[in-house]
Amino acid sequence: MHTRTIEILVGLFLIAGVVAALALAINVSGLTGSNNGSYKVYAHFENIGGLTKKAEVTLAGVQIGTVTQISIDADLLVAKVEMEIFSEVNYLSIDSSVQILTAGLLGGKYIGLSVGAEDEVLVEGSIIEDSQSALVLEELIGKFLFDKVSE
Amino acid sequence: MNISNKIMDGIASMGRGLLDNLAGLGRASMVLVHALFVWPQPKTSFSLVVKQLYNVGVKSLLIIVVSGLFIGMVLGLQGYTILVDFGSEQSVGQMVALSLVRELAPVVTALLFAGRAGSALTAEIGLMKATEQLASLEMIGVDPLRRIVAPRLWAGFISMPILSMIFAIVGVYGGALVSIEWLGVFSGSYWSVMQGAVDFYDDILNGVIKAVVFGFAITWIAVYQGLESVPTSEGISQSTTRTVVYSSLIILALDFVLTALMFGDV
Amino acid sequence: MAIIENIIEINHLKFRRGDRVIFKDININIPQGKITAIMGPSGSGKTTLLKMIGGQLSPEQGEVLVGGVSVAGLSRKELFAMRKKMGMLFQSGALFSEMSVFDNVAFPLTVNTDLEPSLIRDIVLMKLQAVGLRGAAGLMPSELSGGMARRVALARAIALDPEIVMYDEPFAGQDPIGMGVLVTLIKKLNQSLGHTSVIISHDIQETLSIADYIHIMADGVVVASGTAREIRESRSAEVQQFINGHPDGPVPFHYPAENFMQQLMGEKVGIDR
Repeated sequence: MHTRTIEILVGLFLIAGVVAALALAINVSGLTGSNNGSYKVYAHFENIGGLTKKAEVTLAGVQIGTVTQISIDADLLVAKVEMEIFSEVNYLSIDSSVQILTAGLLGGKYIGLSVGAEDEVLVEGSIIEDSQSALVLEELIGKFLFDKVSE
Repeated sequence: MNISNKIMDGIASMGRGLLDNLAGLGRASMVLVHALFVWPQPKTSFSLVVKQLYNVGVKSLLIIVVSGLFIGMVLGLQGYTILVDFGSEQSVGQMVALSLVRELAPVVTALLFAGRAGSALTAEIGLMKATEQLASLEMIGVDPLRRIVAPRLWAGFISMPILSMIFAIVGVYGGALVSIEWLGVFSGSYWSVMQGAVDFYDDILNGVIKAVVFGFAITWIAVYQGLESVPTSEGISQSTTRTVVYSSLIILALDFVLTALMFGDV
Repeated sequence: MAIIENIIEINHLKFRRGDRVIFKDININIPQGKITAIMGPSGSGKTTLLKMIGGQLSPEQGEVLVGGVSVAGLSRKELFAMRKKMGMLFQSGALFSEMSVFDNVAFPLTVNTDLEPSLIRDIVLMKLQAVGLRGAAGLMPSELSGGMARRVALARAIALDPEIVMYDEPFAGQDPIGMGVLVTLIKKLNQSLGHTSVIISHDIQETLSIADYIHIMADGVVVASGTAREIRESRSAEVQQFINGHPDGPVPFHYPAENFMQQLMGEKVGIDR
């Protein structure tokens, strides 16, 4: 085979390697270089019950962002969750509420967001006041048994 | 011959075996050092490496793509049937991707690479030895370690991680094909659950590191077996077999060690 | 008579491979500009001797001097420099299978010189013309017959105009015409290019017809040396057996073994190894 053909094929091989690496980084691990095109909002939860970084934030079941950081708020002693919302979703009212939900019985946790009625919208750095913690199965069963006993 | 003599013979042969192996390891290290730590001649070295990248990398591409596709599809199918019992079929993407990038892509690629490219390298170098081409190079004043061995080593090191990444990505799309198109998993959850679970540094980079280590081991073994082969047709076929067997064993052993170091918190 | 300088001197050479003694004590002088043949039965270490002259093997004891310098004492770099003054024709030809005939002959020139490509082309064509294969320049080694491959290899061996050309079994496996061609070529090239030729062979008539000096090795020593005529007239039983091809003689037909009758009548079953 001609040297030139070989060189072209090897070049294509190397390009395929770079494309595969990029596809793995972006499509598979969701690594994106910059955070442009999104804004950050925060919410406090009493119990996040297994919510993790990179969990989805959804509105009516459609993803509108991801969880980027989970930490403890040292003053309030509750969990503080940082979310990045896609910048084109710029119509979430300031009184929106968030809720930690489970996908299926054993599936991963995600955040469901419901929009309120105010005209003012969430912007970079806003805090969502109305939050509902994750359903923790043990607490639920405990509460149910306690109610039964007290009857 | 009495018993104690036989025991002493046994011990002696064990000792001889160990010494032979150590000597072999020493010679293999010499080959590596001589071939790699030399000043490259920019023009010729580059074109020789390109030629070997073609032989070692491009020619292995088809088998890697086909295997990656089928393994990804099988993972999708198997994963779905297990996960659907728990109602977690949207996690199938996570399962496919993690199995591939952490484990299957580097290991299966390495095993296929040993069979496809490693055996070819050994046979080629063995044949060059048997037909006195290596001796002839030496007499012309060209060091065969630089001219023949070095480009093949580099090509092997470069090709393996590339092939492994191609295997992984083809497998992920094969899994997507089965899960989304045939089994009806929602495509958004296939990809987003996957992206939520796969970490670039912990999973993908570690997988690539595995591939680099395997590529190094296979190419080294293949080249060394070629150089050490007995220059007869029987000797070359034995060396080729040894390349595949040794490479496969080393890959699996190294995989365990690397996995323990990377994911095992040991 | 002019003083003939010895370009290669082999002194008291000893070599073993494993437990087998290949050279006990070899002393050979090879004069410059002549054709010297080293002969001996198969397994007498002729190829090993060539490898020692080329520095691919080191002797256990004794020394090989090329141009007055000990080969074994050279550094890797000096060794490669020395080899540029040597050409070697391997038994199998050893052409590089992935290169064309032209590129094979051009290879020593491209790696060892800084000549212009057009000049290299002219030299290659001259060398191929000398071996009668200029027309085959575009062929691949797999398309050549055994005799042609050996002639191409010869063209490659003389590409750098070496001072010494070594031939490892140049006549082995050749048909009579091929042999005749090679015999003439070796003689002609030696005369026209003025290099020293060393031939390793066991083809008696061909070798005797062109060699100026002949050394016959057997059992790790040189058993006879001299001109072709002296060898033919030698009274040594070993030499006579070798050049006339008697099946039995000082080189025995039988591999060393215990007494035949004893082994047949012995009690032990099986063969001692």
